Amino acid sequence: MTATATTAGNEPEAPASTTPAKTIEGRSLGRIAWTRFKRDKAAVAGGIVVILLILLALLAKPMEAVFGLDPDALHQDLLDANLGGIPLGDWGGMSWDHPLGVDIAQGRDLLSRVIEGSWVSLLVAFGATVLSNVIGTVLGVMAGYYGGWVDTLISRIMDVFLAFPLLLFAIAISTSLQGGAFGLDGLPLHIAVLIFVIGFFNWPYMGRIVRGQTLSLREREFVHAARSLGARGPFILFKELLPNLVGPILVYSTLLIPTNILFEAGLSFLGVGIQPPQASWGGMLQDAIKYYQVDPQYMVVPGLAIFITVLAFNLLGDGLRDALDPKSN
Amino acid sequence: MFAYIIRRIFAAVVLLLVVSAVTFAIFFLLPRIAGETADQLATQYVGKNPSPEAIAAVKQNLGFDQPLYTQYWNFLKGLVSGAEYKFGPDPVTCHVPCFGYSFKNHLEVWPELTKRIPITLSLAIGAAVCWLVSGVTTGVISALKPRSIFDRLAMGIALTGVSLPVFFTGALLLTLFSYQWPILDNLQYVDFTDDPLMWARNLILPWISLAFLYSALYARLTRAGMLETMSEDYIRTARAKGLVERKVVTRHGLRAALTPIVTIFGMDLGLLLGGALITEQVFSLQGVGAFAVQAIADNDLPKILGVTLLAAFFIVACNLVVDLLYALVDPRVRLS
Repeated sequence: MTATATTAGNEPEAPASTTPAKTIEGRSLGRIAWTRFKRDKAAVAGGIVVILLILLALLAKPMEAVFGLDPDALHQDLLDANLGGIPLGDWGGMSWDHPLGVDIAQGRDLLSRVIEGSWVSLLVAFGATVLSNVIGTVLGVMAGYYGGWVDTLISRIMDVFLAFPLLLFAIAISTSLQGGAFGLDGLPLHIAVLIFVIGFFNWPYMGRIVRGQTLSLREREFVHAARSLGARGPFILFKELLPNLVGPILVYSTLLIPTNILFEAGLSFLGVGIQPPQASWGGMLQDAIKYYQVDPQYMVVPGLAIFITVLAFNLLGDGLRDALDPKSN
Repeated sequence: MFAYIIRRIFAAVVLLLVVSAVTFAIFFLLPRIAGETADQLATQYVGKNPSPEAIAAVKQNLGFDQPLYTQYWNFLKGLVSGAEYKFGPDPVTCHVPCFGYSFKNHLEVWPELTKRIPITLSLAIGAAVCWLVSGVTTGVISALKPRSIFDRLAMGIALTGVSLPVFFTGALLLTLFSYQWPILDNLQYVDFTDDPLMWARNLILPWISLAFLYSALYARLTRAGMLETMSEDYIRTARAKGLVERKVVTRHGLRAALTPIVTIFGMDLGLLLGGALITEQVFSLQGVGAFAVQAIADNDLPKILGVTLLAAFFIVACNLVVDLLYALVDPRVRLS
């Protein structure tokens, strides 16, 4: 919602024109943004953490194989059977073998579960963001460019979507699809359902932003010029308008990813997202909060994982926004 | 003004009808498209190990053998004039407004919902007051002294706030203040009318965990809005004509900067009133959200439908109130 309010009203920077000089012009604009971005230490730090997180998510499976980590292996010997399965030792059973400790009652290694959770979390967040971007951009550009009844129809559809109790709906739909859908089942099904539900219900926010930007771009001279030269709808949409929308879309996507990570974690926390035994950050928190009185260290691990990831994306997104839109600072 | 109000209310009612129709279609039409027969659909509405008679009764009562629009019409009729279900020898009445009838545990949905509304209302309103006061104040001070120590500190905290999931903050607060240092232990919802002090004491942790997230959001929004407004020409004009700075800020700056925040506030509050699902889960509050989660876990469709509609009603109603308030304050809105 931060992004809705902050980017919606902003005019884009002087657009990269589509004349043959485009590449040169575009690069120089990009370079301006890049120098501005580099000066923002917090944003650079966020960017580095984001890159590391993406690497971690991509390398999660190979790393587990190489280091012999098994997120589902039970270590009953590390638990205190007399105290209801609390990990032995200080800080939730931290040791060299298990740097973040083990979980209560089952004794699974928390480090490998956090690593395992990272790819699930990022995959769902990226997938959902791409989905809402595609729907939101296509419908937003159409509404903004064509105006008239097209705009009215699309805007009303967005109103209806925004009037839905999102989380409630997401839960209901993911529950009803748990049995099987898209010809999938098990973990791929849960991931597909999460991407679909989160992405499909978030597009109106993107749609509104793109529509607003298109409305202001539509009346710009370069669009008039293209039209008077005989360019038609699709050409203007894809060659004239879309390149100028890349900035806002990029910024908003970077800010939508953390929202989606929180959304996925929330659904898994409520028990309707990723299903156990598959490790996910939300699922770990759901498990941990049951034991907050006896093993409070447990919830800190997935909680911090979510926090660091979301914070890094937010820092990066804020930095990108400031770099691409000089007015905001 | 009067015409505007009528127009907005009419639009809101239409929106609610569309939302209810879509909700209805998702729960009743989708399974049919997916190939479920009326019998299979009816089976979902009865408890475990249903008898054939019970299934047949549900099928007939909910009209699964009739086309969808008839079912929807019957549902709407139930809302305004109640419904009667023939179930066994004695007919069951579902009183106005009939939000549905759960065949699984033989309860009307509406009374179940009204029992829980006060809890969610207490949670949402209390948190909203906290986050509006803290968030907007922080945002304004930050914007008036940008890049000051206060601004940097506040924005740092705000960034932390928007990056922390409610269920983690809530769980941390519970661990710290309810268990480690039991200042606020044994949290159980008490009605405001029974004991206002206990009511506030037992809700303060949920309020803080919700308000932390939202005040962070609102502080960021207010700061951005104020910074933009305070660089407008009319602010310079106001200063040039010698207006006291306090009045420039409150009468001119804040007033314009707050309008988008009021819109977002309407949406946020509406969403929360329909059930703060996660917060209620963390603090074991038996509000509308907990009802929804339970209904979904039990796959009790009449309850899910009822609670979805209630939630949609709150969202639409809050947006309507915001729109009408706008029109009252800003003449441009009602003329456009």
